[in-house]
Amino acid sequence: MSQELRINNNKFIDQTTRLSFKFNGEKLYGYKGDTLASALLANNIHLVGRSFKYHRPRGIMTCGSEEPNAIVQIGNDPSLTDPNVRATEIELYEGLEAFSQNCWPNVKFDIGGINNFLSPLLPAGFYYKTFMWPASFWEKYEFFIRHSAGLGKSPSKPDPDIYDHKYYHCDVLVVGGGISGIMAAKLSAENNNETLLLDDKNTLGGATIYQNNDCFQIDGTHTNYWLEKEINKIKNIKNLTIKTRTSLAAYHGYNYLLAKENLTDHLSPDERKGKIRQRLWKIRAKKVIIATGSIERPLIFNNNDRPGIMLSSAIKKFIDFYGVKAGKEISLFTNNDSAYETAISLKKSGVNIVSIIDIRDKSSSKIVKEVEKHKIKIYWKHTIVNTEGYRRISFIEIMKLSDDGSGVIGKKIKLKTDCLGISGGWTPMVHLFTQSGGKLKFRSDDNVFLPDKNKTPSDQISIGSCNGDFDIKDIILNSNKAVKTFLGIENSSFDNLKVESSKEEMKRNIWLLPSDKPIGKTKPFLDFQNDSTAKDVKLALREGFKSIEHVKRYTTTGMGTDQGKLSNMHALGIIAETTGTNMGELGTTTFRPPYTPLTFGAIVGRNVGEFFDHTRKTAMHNWHVQNKAKFENVGQWKRAWYYPKNGETMFEAVQRESKAARESVGILDASTLGKIDIQGTDASEFLNRVYTNAWSKLAIGKCRYGLMLNEDGMVYDDGVTTRLGENHYIMTTTTGGAANVLTKLEDYLQTEWPELDVYLTTVTDHFSTISICGPNSKKILSKVIPDLDLSDEKFPHMSFKNSIIDGIKCRVMRISFTGEHSYEINIQSNFAKHVWELCMDAGKNYNITPYGTETMHLLRAEKGFIITGQDTDGTMTPSDLQMDWIIGKKKFDFIGKRSLYRSDTIRDDRKQLVGLLTDDPKEILEEGAQIVEKLNQKPVEMLGHVTSSYFSPNLNKSIALAVMKSGKKLKGKKFFVPMENKNINVTVTDTVFFDKENKRLNA
Amino acid sequence: MFIINCPYCGERDQTEFSSGGEAHIVRPKQPTELSDDEWAEFLFMRKNIKGIQFERWNHSHGCRKWFNVVRDTSNDKIHAVYKMGEKPPANK
Ligand SMILES: [Zn+2]
Repeated sequence: MSQELRINNNKFIDQTTRLSFKFNGEKLYGYKGDTLASALLANNIHLVGRSFKYHRPRGIMTCGSEEPNAIVQIGNDPSLTDPNVRATEIELYEGLEAFSQNCWPNVKFDIGGINNFLSPLLPAGFYYKTFMWPASFWEKYEFFIRHSAGLGKSPSKPDPDIYDHKYYHCDVLVVGGGISGIMAAKLSAENNNETLLLDDKNTLGGATIYQNNDCFQIDGTHTNYWLEKEINKIKNIKNLTIKTRTSLAAYHGYNYLLAKENLTDHLSPDERKGKIRQRLWKIRAKKVIIATGSIERPLIFNNNDRPGIMLSSAIKKFIDFYGVKAGKEISLFTNNDSAYETAISLKKSGVNIVSIIDIRDKSSSKIVKEVEKHKIKIYWKHTIVNTEGYRRISFIEIMKLSDDGSGVIGKKIKLKTDCLGISGGWTPMVHLFTQSGGKLKFRSDDNVFLPDKNKTPSDQISIGSCNGDFDIKDIILNSNKAVKTFLGIENSSFDNLKVESSKEEMKRNIWLLPSDKPIGKTKPFLDFQNDSTAKDVKLALREGFKSIEHVKRYTTTGMGTDQGKLSNMHALGIIAETTGTNMGELGTTTFRPPYTPLTFGAIVGRNVGEFFDHTRKTAMHNWHVQNKAKFENVGQWKRAWYYPKNGETMFEAVQRESKAARESVGILDASTLGKIDIQGTDASEFLNRVYTNAWSKLAIGKCRYGLMLNEDGMVYDDGVTTRLGENHYIMTTTTGGAANVLTKLEDYLQTEWPELDVYLTTVTDHFSTISICGPNSKKILSKVIPDLDLSDEKFPHMSFKNSIIDGIKCRVMRISFTGEHSYEINIQSNFAKHVWELCMDAGKNYNITPYGTETMHLLRAEKGFIITGQDTDGTMTPSDLQMDWIIGKKKFDFIGKRSLYRSDTIRDDRKQLVGLLTDDPKEILEEGAQIVEKLNQKPVEMLGHVTSSYFSPNLNKSIALAVMKSGKKLKGKKFFVPMENKNINVTVTDTVFFDKENKRLNA
Repeated sequence: MFIINCPYCGERDQTEFSSGGEAHIVRPKQPTELSDDEWAEFLFMRKNIKGIQFERWNHSHGCRKWFNVVRDTSNDKIHAVYKMGEKPPANK
């Protein structure tokens, strides 16, 4: 391995542990402590990807989460591969495999690169303008766009990794472990606050931990040594929890924050096995201290995007922290003092500095003088007008700036360089602050948006460079003071620190640096990932876009995976300048969470597979399983759907079950129906108000079917309610509606009718329900409950008896959802399976046939009974369902009554429930199919749709229920149900298909 | 995600509650005597204020009690919580 670009450092890299990795198939080496980016640079690799639109070669540009270019695909396992990973963030491990994204066939020769030469044809909004016309071509365009665009590949198989969620409460949360965060965490924890300190890196200390420079000292030692000692001290404070590799994603109201902890992404695949990959922290903090720092700005000039052009601060971190030289002949281009810190670091490590190009007239600060001592050539008041080098920067061309900075003058100087550090000043990371609802103010001295102290939500502060302090002296003084005030601390160990720094005196800012060429002939990139240039922004403004949110979307500036962390400020600056607006008034685009992308795994945590939702099973569930039932999901319930025998299809099984239930006896597990126990002296009055029909006169021991509406008059739920005693009822609801009905009834009781003496208790899980139906059902009952008198006189239809089966108390109702003579046994759930088996035993000689929900649906459809939620959809009144008989017109009031004669609900062309028969009795309609009158009409008028459809084995023909406009008037009329390959002829009929006289109920 | 101080249970996370919309819309005692317009006023019309709004909340995953909340819908700040039937606090 070439050591040319490594220096023999250092604290942060373990140069005794060599790691092998692969980049685009090439085997390379790095050290433990490297990121993929630092390891690539040590191997002299800058070119890592292609830009999104023009496919221009792009290199590593930063050393952190703001990286726009070095976005790679990790691994190629179909279930583990990870797209859009920033090479600057992923820590190197043995066996890491990374691939460039957005290039084909490879990063060095990329066919999409042709777009670069076509770029005059690809201005801002190109996709919008071109591909929107003609609209019918969109499908073809989409195919082309999707294949030429795209960042990375998503995994094609389920993710086998384990993710976790953790709820955490603390007094103080400190976000960011740089120098101000460390100070804040120490002060907080020392003063009896349960404190959590988060940092997204694996090492605490931010940029100060490698700031080893004579110009910056605290109490007589270099800032890095001082901070190291402080970090060692805080590691032993009892009520301080420190989490590294944990990035804060979102800051919501009431100090609720989400953070993602990376637990295994830095480990080799072998070391990861069995471990949790990522943990999402859901933090509720009494107070929050934001210390998220700032990131360096690039400079915007012609061809500022070549591989080898990097942020100056990144070059500094690569040399000081990772011990990697980003180049051998480095130039620096700046508008402020911080590039001079990079120059000192490079010089110290023996890297040749070609020159420093500074757009300022002069600076005489301490650090600049220090650099001048090293005899480094500084071009004051100069700018770069062009760069050369396709896969790596090779030359820069510089010229003198005019006094007003709008143009260049004099002779062009060409300098050879293999790496260019750029510094356009600093942007405070105010994302979290604004996410929490804070408002920004603009500081024009150095063009930064800062938290406005007067518009900061309570219980939080921002400190350090995210609050606009960039000088170490200010950072220490102001952080100490702010934290003391915020937490009510009197004395701090940081009160009397002696801090030395180099004060920056000169500033100059030019958002778009001039070139000797007209702007139309230049490529000054703003958003490196999305390839938008300063030209695009100007074009958008010329075309009339004024709002920054619109300019952003039109030019796609700031819409990449880096969300414009690097260059949004320049876009704003150029817009403000071009339109003559003050930047403070222009404002920023909205900062939305997450700050850095979250994985889906972290978001869902353990809520996957069977933990995705609760699963409810009835007491007889295992019996259904043993008897080979197929199940269907009804809400959270698993319901037996049908019981195929000897390889039957679903159709065959349902036909058999349906026939058996009408010819002899069927048995159904109806336990999932909602059951609400209603007690109290006003129970009858309450039912009167919630159901459409009358309840006061229902005798004890009798059952009644009820329909429940919303206040808008639309059918909401239905079911049978039984009067168990003077002040005691048991209500049944639909399976899916149970919870909502209870909530609705509680709402009315608590808020509208608190004067009613009524108590509601859900007993759905407590009682199981066995429904036995068919002409032989009575015989089964008489076998399992020999003492019960089942005569029609003693136990008529719609009545109930308390009884005992095998010593177990139960409630038996004679009610029917199939039109057959039938009973429902309600029994305490823990005995239900036993009673079910007794019934099965008793029915042996009668071919007792267990049937599932599908057969239940078929049997009720034969009778024209509705299923709320299937034949209704929240827009059907009782009258629409041809159920006018159930409306208690004489009743004073009930929920929804007034709505039943609103002008809209009495329209006679509403959709109404009808029966449909196909002219060909073997033809079965599809549920959801549309019904039309004319076939060749355009646009065709849709008169309604099929809501339920089955082949009835008992009628030996296909039957269906449907809703149709003015349906009540259409009986006997013929219509069409157009399908993909045919048109089905249908006739409107009555909704009751079977046993219209209800003779079988008492058979 | 905010914290609601249930008048029966104390401070709990918002996820335990469900919102019931605008408060103090009294169901008419005799709906059948109302015109279509009057009934529509009760049935459909809601203020949907940006700012201080009086609204109903239910501690659905807790005590299941309904109560009233005074919330600033622009920043989710809760100014007051009071039981059903209690007088609303004066508008701040
Ligand atoms: Zn409560």
